Amino acid sequence: MPDESKILRQLASALVLGAALSLPVSANLSALAASIDKQDFTQIQHGRYLTVVGDCAACHTLPGSGHDFAGGRSIETPFGNLIAPNITPDPQTGIGAWTDDEFVNALTKGTGRHGERLYPAMPYTYYTRVTRDDALAIRAYLNTVPAVRNPLKSDQLPFPLDMRVSIAVWDKLFFEPESFDPDQSKSAQWNRGAYLTEGLGHCGMCHTPKNALGADDSGKALQGYALQGWFAPNITNDPRRGLGSWSVDQIASYLKTGHNSTAAGNGLMAETINLSTSQMSDDDLKAIATYLKDRPGDRNGQPGEPQNTPAAPDQGKMKIGAQIYADECSGCHRGDGKGTPGLFPALSDTPAVQQTDPTTLVHIVLRGGLSVGTQEAPTAAAMPAFAWVLDDDQVAALLTYIRNAWGNAAPAVSASAVGKERAALVERSD
Amino acid sequence: MWLLLSSSAARAALIRGGIPWKPGAGDPPEAVTPGGWKYFTPQEALTVEAFVDRLIPADELSPGGKDCGCAVFIDRQLAGPYGRFAGYYMSGPFQEGTKQQGPQSPVTPAQQYRKALAALDTDCRGKYSGKAFTGLSDEQKDTVIKGLEDGSLKLDGVDSASFFKLILKDTQNGFLADPIYGGNKDMASWKMIGFPGAHYDYSAWIDKHNQQVTLPPIGINNHPNWSQ
Amino acid sequence: MARKLPRKDVAIIGLGWTGSILADELTDAGLNVVALERGPWRDTATDFPISYAQDELRYRIQHELFLRNSQMSVTFRNNVNQTALPVRTWGAFMLGNGAGGAGVHWNAETWRFLPTDFTLKSHLTQRYGVSFLPNDMTIQDWGVTFADLEPHYDEFEYLCGTSGQAGNLNGEIQAGGNPFEGPRSRPYPTPPQKQGYGHTLFAKAAEELGYKPFPQPSGNLSQAYTNPLGVRLGKCTYCGFCEWFGCANYSKASPQTTVLPVLLRKSNFEGRTECEVTRINLDNTGKRATGVTYVDTSGEEFEQPADLVLLCAFSLFNVQLLLLSGIGTPYDPQTGQGQIGRNFTHQVMSSALGFFDKDKYNFNPFVASGAIGMCIDEFNGDNFDHSSLGFVGGGYIGQVQTNGRPIETTAVPPGTPAWGKEWKQALKDNYLSTINSGGACHASFYSYRDNYLSLDPTYKDRFGRPLVRLTIDFHDNEIKMSNFLTDKYAEILKQMGAKQIVKQPRKGPYDVTAYQTSHLNGGAIMGDKPGNSALNRYLQSWDVPNLFVMGASAFPQNAGYNPTGTVGALAYWAAKAIRSQYLTNPGPLVHA
Repeated sequence: MPDESKILRQLASALVLGAALSLPVSANLSALAASIDKQDFTQIQHGRYLTVVGDCAACHTLPGSGHDFAGGRSIETPFGNLIAPNITPDPQTGIGAWTDDEFVNALTKGTGRHGERLYPAMPYTYYTRVTRDDALAIRAYLNTVPAVRNPLKSDQLPFPLDMRVSIAVWDKLFFEPESFDPDQSKSAQWNRGAYLTEGLGHCGMCHTPKNALGADDSGKALQGYALQGWFAPNITNDPRRGLGSWSVDQIASYLKTGHNSTAAGNGLMAETINLSTSQMSDDDLKAIATYLKDRPGDRNGQPGEPQNTPAAPDQGKMKIGAQIYADECSGCHRGDGKGTPGLFPALSDTPAVQQTDPTTLVHIVLRGGLSVGTQEAPTAAAMPAFAWVLDDDQVAALLTYIRNAWGNAAPAVSASAVGKERAALVERSD
Repeated sequence: MWLLLSSSAARAALIRGGIPWKPGAGDPPEAVTPGGWKYFTPQEALTVEAFVDRLIPADELSPGGKDCGCAVFIDRQLAGPYGRFAGYYMSGPFQEGTKQQGPQSPVTPAQQYRKALAALDTDCRGKYSGKAFTGLSDEQKDTVIKGLEDGSLKLDGVDSASFFKLILKDTQNGFLADPIYGGNKDMASWKMIGFPGAHYDYSAWIDKHNQQVTLPPIGINNHPNWSQ
Repeated sequence: MARKLPRKDVAIIGLGWTGSILADELTDAGLNVVALERGPWRDTATDFPISYAQDELRYRIQHELFLRNSQMSVTFRNNVNQTALPVRTWGAFMLGNGAGGAGVHWNAETWRFLPTDFTLKSHLTQRYGVSFLPNDMTIQDWGVTFADLEPHYDEFEYLCGTSGQAGNLNGEIQAGGNPFEGPRSRPYPTPPQKQGYGHTLFAKAAEELGYKPFPQPSGNLSQAYTNPLGVRLGKCTYCGFCEWFGCANYSKASPQTTVLPVLLRKSNFEGRTECEVTRINLDNTGKRATGVTYVDTSGEEFEQPADLVLLCAFSLFNVQLLLLSGIGTPYDPQTGQGQIGRNFTHQVMSSALGFFDKDKYNFNPFVASGAIGMCIDEFNGDNFDHSSLGFVGGGYIGQVQTNGRPIETTAVPPGTPAWGKEWKQALKDNYLSTINSGGACHASFYSYRDNYLSLDPTYKDRFGRPLVRLTIDFHDNEIKMSNFLTDKYAEILKQMGAKQIVKQPRKGPYDVTAYQTSHLNGGAIMGDKPGNSALNRYLQSWDVPNLFVMGASAFPQNAGYNPTGTVGALAYWAAKAIRSQYLTNPGPLVHA
């Protein structure tokens, strides 16, 4: 007699996983778990969808190469650049010769074919929560993409980080394989959202601050992180810095179309929206939004981070910033900071301008930015570059103004911070 | 997205997949900084400075043409694409036509100035006891300029009337253009006439009929209102 | 030897308004489309951003966004007795270049022609008798009616988000709109723009004189708008740097702000910029286009085979390419034979300066857009009885002043010295209190036997191909008309309270140095039979059925309105014919 509670748990998992898809829900899931059926198109479709959710292409597909998943893209880490490997089915240079277990272990345990450690640039710290079924579905799909011969050397980091054994130390400190445990007190939708966000979605990979060794600063989950010249914003539920002022629908709309009534996807997130979230189902996006809206705010903060409203900024700086804003910004973002929904983001009462770290704002003001274009919202308006007309003091005054006008409140921006970032951005081609 | 690809087949700038974009892209105007001459010789510069100071004399309405930077403006323009007819159709045969067919001469603005300024000084020296244009009194300068304007003064080897039109246009353009080009210093002409300059957002003003717009005058890279 | 490229379904020459619209329509139909544009890619944030778009010297005076004459120019003469000479730099018209073409820097004045404009010959003959028309006037009916085009005018206006006030909704005259317009099926997509003081005073004075003023239909939008393709435009901020300039805040309708974001996402579309098409290739019957030859910046020649070729290169260059490619018969003004080059027209423009008391009037001329203004249409087309006037044609009259740019728009009263202290004083005294609306009288230019386009025998482009030669002058009819309209405008200025009015009617001879819009039309006109036109009613070449020729080259004569609305409507009309008829059954759509 099968263990009823086990079956119930398995059913719950299946419901969570299959919520958006028409997977057959059966009490006996072992058939799927055991092998990959090459004629099971449902599994392959499911796997394809999951590679979109996991955004595998963002690392494993070299843009413009025309060779999906063949690797070769340079991945920037705080320690140096890595080359993403070839995960097409090519037997010599791809993963064609790998067993399914080896594949699942790579995804969920961070181990390579011969047991070597993968660099945690591969988000196995998140993918560890992916179920075996989902991992096998991904494998089934990857088996069907064209095999590309692309010999690559992945290791690019300086000594001693090019020694994989150093990763074992890192793993020991910061990684514990785990599986996703649904919270029975929450809805199926919430659990689906949690499964996606904490698993394939790997949102914290960019949005969670890191410690000095590049691991997630647990306890500050989703409070924002500066990387590659941007600041991935706080996506906790903080009302000022996080998603507290956004509804579930606004989050879902942003992920689906790149825009909602006040925000426009830009920078690194634009690519994520294009390759991943805009192609996810409405149900899954709503699930993620539901989960995120149920997260706490960031009231615990970190030492030095303001607990409450930041100190009022210097009024002289505000006056100058207001003038700059009127002359250079109000033509699009309007005098009241409300922007134009779907075209120019709002600046008043929006989290994007109130992050503790102003890196993204400085980046966009200096270099401009192309907002994301999707099927539903194709316009992709772009902000021009102002580096040539605004010096560091002026950028600082302008951003201090924007961050504190119209009821906004965020720490002032210093000219020296602008100068540092300006110099750093000059080195970047992206 | 990664859109400006070069296809080896066609070697064109290929546009596909999305809107082409690069960070920091743009072609902002290069600000003219006064100091030195890029085209005029020192004597030519003095002549042009004297000339523009008569075309736009200093008075309570505005500084004179020289202090407004009009000679600097003209110098930088002549040193650049404008001075060499860049972008013009410059294939021959060159032949004069009707007035309606427009200018047909291959002589560039830069060349015109060079020739005319030399001829002007020659003419002045001949008429004014060896004094070049710069040595004349204001009244004498005005007489010379009026002569060029009405065609009574013909400079040797130069179409005087067309040179006058040219220097008048260039002087006034320098007076009225954005200060980034070296003239209209401190937006003198714009303040004189009441043009607020390079503002882009007048949405608060379209309904304010017959009322003065009180925005501070600004140029493209000239924002006194950004200082305390 | 040109390198041959893989075949495409459609090759489009030019990525301006019509090229972009046709590309979008035909990619929707599933075809593989390549557009070849001889100018550069350009877009808002990278080419006309808010930090430096407002540069009068660069864009208005030195024409940076326009086609360089060194890349391509034209020659001009008033009549066959003169030798045509090159237009070494633009004057009377300024030609577009680059992605978006002139759509990037147009005023965005978005008009429809009158119903009678499309049946002009029949209508005028019926009303006034054939001998009322000058016997060298070669106007003719278009072969399409206003009713044919109405749904496509609507399509173009809704693509752009045009801001206006309907005047005739399905036959019912609406207060505040143009009572003379043809019936429209639904209102404009956005309300009219707000008006400045000078524009408003004009409307008041016009009403006092018994006219029915209405706001000019504007592609500078009065509010944010999402068009049927899902592309979003913003709200115009009346910056006064509109025509000649790109728009920095996405509020002027252009291919960039209405179509290209959607078009560029399609995997079956490819744009190639800085590629100049040098000829349309024909098979050995001469009746079928096999594709186009073009040159890229390396100088290498490429042959792009295609099943369908769309010529969208602007009127003058459409005609040039037809002539260079040996399509159709060149027009001979002596014999009247040949269709290619015939019925070349421009636009008859005039104005009047209105100087007002500076202590009472401040017009803030710099607060404006490119298509702002209040207009009257009482004297357009055949809206008024011409019997005793001695001319035909007309135009709209309006206070449509678009700017207060210091170099361009500082007018001083006649007699003011051109320089010196008095000049400065006059500049200061008149800047804020002068009505200087260059486009005030915007009138028709009918076609004549001796105004035509041909290939120049002497002057060549950078590839050694003949430039297109313009032979054009005004006729008495247009001069009389211009005087009449200018007088009417001056009367309204007087009613407004101007203390001094300086009339500036159009005078001959046609002067290629004096700017008078870039509305050049004709040369490859549409009609109902091959004997009187180059194209059939669907803009399909009578000579080469797999070639369609878009743009105002199709106009048999010009009407008293800006042409772009009609150019857009014809593009949609042709697109529909291609999609619903041609693609399923390639071949001539009209058997004459």
